[in-house]
Amino acid sequence: MMTLKQSRRVQSLVLGTLSWAIAALVFFPIFWMVLTSFKTEIDAFATPPQFIFTPTLENYLHIQERSDYFHFAWNSVLISFSATALCMLIAIPAAYSMAFFETKRTKGTLLWMLSTKMLPPVGVLMPIYLLAKTFGLLDTRLALIIIYTLINLPIVVWMIYTYFKDIPPDILEAARLDGATTLQEIFRVLVPICKGGLASTALLSLILCWNEAFWSLNLTSANAAPLTALIASYSSPEGLFWAKLSAVSTLACAPILIFGWISQKQLVRGLSFGAVK
Amino acid sequence: MNTSAVNPRLDTSSQQPQAKRRWVKPGWFLVSPSVLLLLVWMIVPLGMTIYFSLIRYSLLNPGENEFVGLENFTYFITDSGFIPGATNTLLLVGSVLAISVILGVLISALLEASEFFGRGIVRVLLISPFFVMPTVSALIWKNLIFHPVSGILAALWKFFGAQPVDWLAHFPLLSIIIIVSWQWLPFAILILMTAMQSLDQEQKEAARLDGAGPLAIFWYLTLPHLARPIAVVIMIETIFLLSVFAEIFTTTNGGPGYASTNLAYLIYNQALLQFDVGMASAGGLIAVVIANIAAIILIRMIGKNLTDKS
Repeated sequence: MMTLKQSRRVQSLVLGTLSWAIAALVFFPIFWMVLTSFKTEIDAFATPPQFIFTPTLENYLHIQERSDYFHFAWNSVLISFSATALCMLIAIPAAYSMAFFETKRTKGTLLWMLSTKMLPPVGVLMPIYLLAKTFGLLDTRLALIIIYTLINLPIVVWMIYTYFKDIPPDILEAARLDGATTLQEIFRVLVPICKGGLASTALLSLILCWNEAFWSLNLTSANAAPLTALIASYSSPEGLFWAKLSAVSTLACAPILIFGWISQKQLVRGLSFGAVK
Repeated sequence: MNTSAVNPRLDTSSQQPQAKRRWVKPGWFLVSPSVLLLLVWMIVPLGMTIYFSLIRYSLLNPGENEFVGLENFTYFITDSGFIPGATNTLLLVGSVLAISVILGVLISALLEASEFFGRGIVRVLLISPFFVMPTVSALIWKNLIFHPVSGILAALWKFFGAQPVDWLAHFPLLSIIIIVSWQWLPFAILILMTAMQSLDQEQKEAARLDGAGPLAIFWYLTLPHLARPIAVVIMIETIFLLSVFAEIFTTTNGGPGYASTNLAYLIYNQALLQFDVGMASAGGLIAVVIANIAAIILIRMIGKNLTDKS
């Protein structure tokens, strides 16, 4: 007979191995992409697929030569961060008033905001395109910043609302009695308390902006094009350049992936949408 | 059991400060920027789309913009792509939701079941696909995994002596479902894992001492606890799944035939490949209506779960 401790050990070993196997399976495409990006084109297309090969950096050099990676990356950074900042700035006051001055209409408004996200973007592609053209915003970063702010606003308001809901109103009451104005109340008291939640909200918004592909492909061409557009320019099948495609994909994902890994603890804790109680 | 702990405090939050408040509520003044922006964002394009949908508006014949009533709508609905498009949209949303919720629950339960070596790394690996942009994941799957000659799956099939499958040509919708599920499963895991961690360990221990097996604990304790997070996952994922586009655009282009065309892609096809703005607008409106029906059904089903606590 096994002792309890022993059986726990065996259990943990079995479950651990299973978890590792699943994780390896899920992560494999990303691993394979990075591996392929260091192969020569011949190795990349070889059958059976090669796990051991002489790594090369030629793909990365080629990409930098053909299209200025940093131009696209800079656009992605600028657009994602500005849109996220703007979105938070608009959403925090809204969430504040919804959480602390709830009226009969609050829940309806919240659900209505979310339902605006259900409009498929293609449905309004033509009008937005024409509007952007009219205002001279085609292929500008500003257009994407505005659009990303608006498409992420509902989710951001909702997330922040759920964090604010967890704050006892007494704290704000105390600040108010000390003579704090509404803005001070929000930015001096509330924001510091909810740092964690706000950070994970901003993170999610950043990820969504970074990866957004519909509007960036349709509204930009060269000037304001972010990394999603760079990828698209390599996707046309002009021969089988898979090593280069992998390299450009790795370059496009690496910043946000690394960013995500660093902040995953924060994300795991914060991304509950108020679902955890 | 959860609500009872929360409600008393919430009651005070909605009533007590009301009495103490000394000045005008900042409520609508503060909400208004976001509501106004979203209203404009919704109504202006929607209004324009409605207008376009009622006129003849083809970029190939500029200048002939006469009023045609509902002609664009009837054309769109009777288009041979409409029925497959609508069916595929529902199939795609439904299967990805089912896959990500079921696997998400199982995987996060597995992760929470015991301590093991490298759990943190496993967690990071599992949620990584969520950070990969849709265009990239579609391209990786298409060229490095599904490719019938040099893809990994082809190599695997050959290894077992089977004929490699051309996934995107023969199972286009299934392939897309796999790709999209791969992207959204991590999101489900992310949220469900957080929820599992908040499950009361003492309660679990008590159940175990009472002789409940791990399955019984999972079924009667863990699953009910997950009702709300599952509602959240379904809500958020539906929003994004209804308008899946990049994955189809970069892999199958909706084909072969209409086999992997969803409504979003069909409309895109009308607008940008056939230059028929009028018909694309009509299609857009139909998609909006379908999305709203889905939204209403969802909110009816799970909306209570979403806002009840608050």
